[in-house]
Amino acid sequence: MNDRSVNGEMHIATRGLSVRFGRQQVLRDVTLEVPHGQTLAIIGESGCGKTVLLKTLIGLIQPTMGEVSFAGQLLRGLSEKQITQVRTKFGFVFQNAALFDSLSIADNVAFPLLEHNRAKDEEAYRIVRDRLAEVGLPPAVMVKRPAELSGGMRKRVGLARALIMEPEVLLYDEPTTGLDPIMTDVINELMIRTRNTHPVTSIVVTHDMSSALKVSDRIIMLYPLSRLDEGEPQVIFDGTPKEIAQCKDPRVAQFLRGEAGDRLESA
Amino acid sequence: MSYASSQLPTPVERPGIFAATLESVADLGEVVIDSVRGLGELTLFFLSTLSWMATRWPRRETLFASLYQIGVRSLPVVALTGTFIGMVLAVQSYSQFRAFGLETQLGAVINRSMFRELGPVLAATMLAGRVGSSIAAELGTMRVTEQIDALVSMGTNPIRYLVVPRFIACLFMIPSLTLMAVFMGVVGGGFYCTFVLDIDQYYYFSNARYIGANGDLFYGITKSFFFGAAIAILSCYRGFHCAPGAEGVGRASTAAFVQSFVVILVFDLLLSITLDNVYYWLWPHEAR
Repeated sequence: MNDRSVNGEMHIATRGLSVRFGRQQVLRDVTLEVPHGQTLAIIGESGCGKTVLLKTLIGLIQPTMGEVSFAGQLLRGLSEKQITQVRTKFGFVFQNAALFDSLSIADNVAFPLLEHNRAKDEEAYRIVRDRLAEVGLPPAVMVKRPAELSGGMRKRVGLARALIMEPEVLLYDEPTTGLDPIMTDVINELMIRTRNTHPVTSIVVTHDMSSALKVSDRIIMLYPLSRLDEGEPQVIFDGTPKEIAQCKDPRVAQFLRGEAGDRLESA
Repeated sequence: MSYASSQLPTPVERPGIFAATLESVADLGEVVIDSVRGLGELTLFFLSTLSWMATRWPRRETLFASLYQIGVRSLPVVALTGTFIGMVLAVQSYSQFRAFGLETQLGAVINRSMFRELGPVLAATMLAGRVGSSIAAELGTMRVTEQIDALVSMGTNPIRYLVVPRFIACLFMIPSLTLMAVFMGVVGGGFYCTFVLDIDQYYYFSNARYIGANGDLFYGITKSFFFGAAIAILSCYRGFHCAPGAEGVGRASTAAFVQSFVVILVFDLLLSITLDNVYYWLWPHEAR
């Protein structure tokens, strides 16, 4: 389907990934393969480890056990320079945009270009203007500070910054959380448009089902370890958006319908 | 206030004396392990800062912003403290020197104290209070709001981008701040002695130019480099390892000041001993 996956190599893969913070285990034995060009949504309730999984993929969090590979290359054991090289192929859209509040919007978006000497000032700002236009923001925002923008605008700036290095992989951490319904759909449409105009592999972490169904072509669902028995897999669903609607697993169905069920009682 | 007697807590089984001792030994061990690990991490953080400083110098705009924020903006407060300490020294020593008719010697005493001890320590303390806690709060907020993660995800090393400019700025601005504190201390002390206490200006200032003043100034400035480095590293480290939330940022900023201050005092003692020993080793005839 996609001619860049002809060698059969997965774009991003994890094998037996486990992450533990102190005494708390967050991920256990997660194995995941994402082919080139796929848009994968990782869903699950708060605290199930979605964001941790996403951050582990670019080495922001080191796995306690298991491996992460990018284009067939293991991240473990790479030198500082090599891992930097790998990271420039990723664009990360943070939950609250994580813009640098000491810099203007223009400098925020131009930051990766200037840091890696991909463009000089004039050229960089021209690219910034194009990218901002792509996410529907006027050039007038360039001189503003992040604190002067609304949440939705900040998210769009975050997306523009993630796109500026023309990444191969886009990672979205809860892109629609905390936005009004219209802005949520704007972000969804932007994600779809980005996928159509740039040849990217996307991984979207979300608990917004309508967003996951709309943008993704594959969904996996993670379940909190505290609610699983020893030995049960943490990935409780892996399939297309069509398949998830017919899934018989009561835990998946509960999430899809958004029911409290037994959650009001403390475990 | 009366508590329902029916809800008295069920008695907890108390551990025997052997188990209790073991537990306290384990607790102590945990504290020791934690502190050794913390010290090791701090050392690695410092070494990493030095190696980034050697491999890639920060961009001019970033560096200038830090130099301005840390150096220039601290000048007024450092100057003010210096002036007052100079005057206070005059007030406190006057009566004792007056008793021996040595009040014209006050200049030498004030200047020597300012050069060797009060100038560097005061400048460092003010820097720790003004800059150290603000660095910790700023970097802590960046940690909490994922801005440091964002830097890493864009392939920028946060130590290189955030710590190195602040470290350089502290290291190179603190000697100037020390000089400023010393200068204002000398001026403040001189002003108070000659105008308020009415000590003869000629004798005051000729005695104030004591032999070895240059050496003492050099001594104070050498110390200040160590103080500046300690403030920068401790404050940045606290910010980087900030616990989540507003409380975490608050605690990081307090810890940055308190720890910097303690380290300044400890360094002050150790450096004074070391520098004195070096001095007497170089010029043995000065030792008595």
